[in-house]
Amino acid sequence: MSGDTPDPLLALNGVSVTFGGIRALDSLSLAVTPGQIVGIIGPNGAGKTTTFNVITGAYRASAGDVLLNGAAITHEPSHRIARAGIARTFQNIRLFADMTVWEHLLVAQPHSEFALRRLLPTRWANPQALRRAEEVLAFFDLGGVRDRLARSLPYGLQRRVEMARAVTARPKLLLLDEPVAGMNHDEADEIRRLMLKLRDGGLSILLIEHDMAFVMNLCDTLYVLDFGVMIAKGAPDQIRRDPVVLDAYLGHAA
Amino acid sequence: MMSTYYAGLLADVGILLLGALSVYVILATGQLSLGNAGFMGIGAYLTSYLTVTAGVPLTPALLIAAFAAGAIGVLIGFPALRLKGIYLAMATLGFGEMVRSFLLNLEAMGGSGGFHGMRHISNATIWAWAGGILLLVVILERSQVWLEMRAVHDDETAAGLIGLNTTIIKVGAFGFGAAIAAISGGLFAHHHVYIEPGNFSFERSIDFVLAVILGGSTIGPGALVGALLLVILPEYLRFLAEWRFAAFGALLIVMLLVRRQGLLDRGLFGLTARSRAA
Repeated sequence: MSGDTPDPLLALNGVSVTFGGIRALDSLSLAVTPGQIVGIIGPNGAGKTTTFNVITGAYRASAGDVLLNGAAITHEPSHRIARAGIARTFQNIRLFADMTVWEHLLVAQPHSEFALRRLLPTRWANPQALRRAEEVLAFFDLGGVRDRLARSLPYGLQRRVEMARAVTARPKLLLLDEPVAGMNHDEADEIRRLMLKLRDGGLSILLIEHDMAFVMNLCDTLYVLDFGVMIAKGAPDQIRRDPVVLDAYLGHAA
Repeated sequence: MMSTYYAGLLADVGILLLGALSVYVILATGQLSLGNAGFMGIGAYLTSYLTVTAGVPLTPALLIAAFAAGAIGVLIGFPALRLKGIYLAMATLGFGEMVRSFLLNLEAMGGSGGFHGMRHISNATIWAWAGGILLLVVILERSQVWLEMRAVHDDETAAGLIGLNTTIIKVGAFGFGAAIAAISGGLFAHHHVYIEPGNFSFERSIDFVLAVILGGSTIGPGALVGALLLVILPEYLRFLAEWRFAAFGALLIVMLLVRRQGLLDRGLFGLTARSRAA
């Protein structure tokens, strides 16, 4: 990294992912600076979700390294990567089928593996877990649906629960996979407000999004992927005018 | 005479309750075991060996057997990680049959002739263990670890991505379930004072699973209700003579059609709202 930028929180150095000879990601390098909101955009099949999957350990990189705070997490299992401080949401919401909103927040607590109190009733053995869950519940304004099964909630609220679950363990980096897909304007605005509030609280965010207006006004840096290759990066204003990007992606919409 | 008859039923319920709980804790992580009679057999033979041949008192003998079966359960739990659904069910079934055939060939413990010499235990002893372990499970159900088991049950990938070590959770559940099954076996052996490999067959594994499905697979007390039904219902249906098992089967099918989650579920106990600020 060059001298005048702060050390990145997350860095991908030449990461490639191949599936049976097909390159889903080709030597991708990107960096998330602490306190930034960074966006990944690109057409369908560009490798955006693959990028998330390789960062979180769901896929293995066939080449390159993923670094969190300078330490390689490329070959760590998912739960270790999560504990190291990376949380995520999913493009198709993945909530626990049989859990209430409150239980989603309790189960996503930070872990201390062999503590006896984790075998005892949470209600009286784990006051800090309850406090943290209350905090997150209030932050995401989910108090009114606390004891409802999360899966039974309206779509917009389910997205919020998934985001709340991801944030509960106090990650350093939050990966959001199309957080406002299928949302109406008000719901998307609410998510934007929450993201800014989280960012102001010190969380760095990497997001995948299709809604161009949403990304343009929110992100500090944008990366544009096409067919697994990064074709542009820079501030939203630069990206908006980049002819390569316009051709590959924005051109379709214009 | 009647009281001995009812006492026998009561003992059967307690032993079946433990067997059902052994399936329940493994099922809570989304793994269906059809081999828990195997763990029960290990517990029955090991406890009996310890009390009869080695002269160990019953309580430590049960605990040692539970520990040993738990360790075997953990060993079985690792290859089980690679299997899901019907394939895991088949593999555990294979394990159960393997144990039975091992016991058949274990001449030191009587082989096919069985093993005896255990001292008969009272219903109070059986129920102290069964009730104690049920209580333990009910307490555990309110813990962080249990919530993590449910997360693995609902979505293993998402569970891993929120930082849960799904391997430890699944393997640990297998070990705990195996330990409970072993205690069930130890109590069975000291209730009947005679055991043979045929006691720990596939049908018994199925009984455990049936009790859980009937009583409710999302809540510990479901195993108690299931065990009660499974022991008592065939008795009440006696007037149907040879038809009673058919009637029982029909009842089971109706049950699965109208209330698939079993008689008891979390909602019934207000457990989904258990977190409401006190």
